[in-house]
Amino acid sequence: MSSHVTAQEMAAYVDGGTGVDFWALEVHLEKCAGCRDDLAKAAAPSLDPLLSGAHTAIRAQVATGPAPVPRRRVRVLAQRWTVWSLMPWTLTTAVALVAATVLDQAFPLRPSLVLLLAPVAPLSGLAAAWSARADPAWETISGTARFGLELLLGRTLVVLATVVAFLGLTGLYLGRSPVMWLLPCLAFTSATLLLGGFVGVERAALGLGLGWLAVVVAPALVTAQLPVLVGGSSAALIWGLTALGLGAAALLRASDHQQSRGQ
Amino acid sequence: MRAIRADELQPTTNPWAIESQDLKVRAGKYLAVRGLSLNLGSGVHGLLGPNGAGKTTLMRTLATVIKPHQGQLRLLGTAADDRRGLRPLRRRLGYLPQNFGYYPKFTVRDYVEYLAWLREMPAAAVPGAAQRVIERVGLADRADAKLKSLSGGMLRRAGVAQAIVNDPDLLLLDEPTVGLDPEQRVQFRELLREIGQDSCVLVSTHLVEDVVAACSDVLVMDQGLLVFQGRPADLVDRGRHPDGVGDSPAERGYSALLRQHRSAS
Repeated sequence: MSSHVTAQEMAAYVDGGTGVDFWALEVHLEKCAGCRDDLAKAAAPSLDPLLSGAHTAIRAQVATGPAPVPRRRVRVLAQRWTVWSLMPWTLTTAVALVAATVLDQAFPLRPSLVLLLAPVAPLSGLAAAWSARADPAWETISGTARFGLELLLGRTLVVLATVVAFLGLTGLYLGRSPVMWLLPCLAFTSATLLLGGFVGVERAALGLGLGWLAVVVAPALVTAQLPVLVGGSSAALIWGLTALGLGAAALLRASDHQQSRGQ
Repeated sequence: MRAIRADELQPTTNPWAIESQDLKVRAGKYLAVRGLSLNLGSGVHGLLGPNGAGKTTLMRTLATVIKPHQGQLRLLGTAADDRRGLRPLRRRLGYLPQNFGYYPKFTVRDYVEYLAWLREMPAAAVPGAAQRVIERVGLADRADAKLKSLSGGMLRRAGVAQAIVNDPDLLLLDEPTVGLDPEQRVQFRELLREIGQDSCVLVSTHLVEDVVAACSDVLVMDQGLLVFQGRPADLVDRGRHPDGVGDSPAERGYSALLRQHRSAS
């Protein structure tokens, strides 16, 4: 077939009727763009009914289908960065700090318990936030991309924010400078993250916490003198530098936390 | 129906989704996987084996939850001990653990969206993808119910939904059919076949009939070693062996394999 497809042949082809050589016509259509255009015009469904049909169908689905899920930004943020296992720990820390504050106020000449306990206040929270036992979905989340330092840092920030809020309140109440409790707090947090990369965050928190209690807090309570490391004016610089150094080291060793330990 | 990303059309440079050479993994102090060499490509692979065969330890290793003790392991072309490659690799993994825990106060939607976020899906794609997979596993009417209010089978399906939310290239399902009723199991097999068309799916199970019905490939493990790899039909063929006990040809084949392996070792 060398000539183009006539209107009659095209109509017959579109209708699927007889009286036309389908094979020859399709061979021609493959080569001839003009005839393909004609075919498209002849065979296309008319647009208006199609659009109005789609319009009514969509409106019907919108009317009868489920309502869109509302945005839940706050809920999603809270779920991403907190773990339910942190709740009991928050309460315990709050109670301990309140008790320390009351004791400090009752016995102002004894070494300040709030200052002695401030460095280790976030440790139990850290242990609860990054623990295979305390986190029910640990097995599921520990094979995901964000698992590792990113998730750990997020949870650490939540823990620190809570502890700092409590300490800030007691500090205001007792009239103590934030530098004296905030920097030790940060230094111990960094140390836990760094050490946790090697032995697991739970064990690191336990070791550092017990070490601090045995080496600093117990002697201070026995001798009734506040150590220089806790109350001294030059101590702030040491604590600040320690926090900075340990924090940087913990970030450098970030990949230690990618695969969970202890199993 | 879903949109195809440009990187999905790129040819892969790795011949197998899972490649392992003489893989050894410890579970505590016990060597649970003792020298496993395995090459798995796309398709649905069923992993059978008695209790204590090392199936769960193997699944946990493949999900990058624990590190191999010895041997080579490459997942989707990335070496498992490549620390930089681990994060991009984990974006492409889906994993349903055997004892999968959950946060009881989360709703099904919260849980699936949380796992999608953890696997670094683009934020704009998360709600749509979560809704799609929840419908796919048949939980659409319970999407906003708390997880603690769900039955065992529903929980398991919520777990499957979180595992497939990111369209993983490597999907690991440890005992996914526990607690599903017969109708749900048939639907689940259908889902597996769909996903297995273009990704590698490894299903660990005790149910031989699930493997025969839904899998393109069967692996049998015993005492930390790979005993058999072949088509389900090959397993059925083994059922003609007089050693086999069981109610179906595939079960007889499975038990005959284990007996032969144990008497040989």
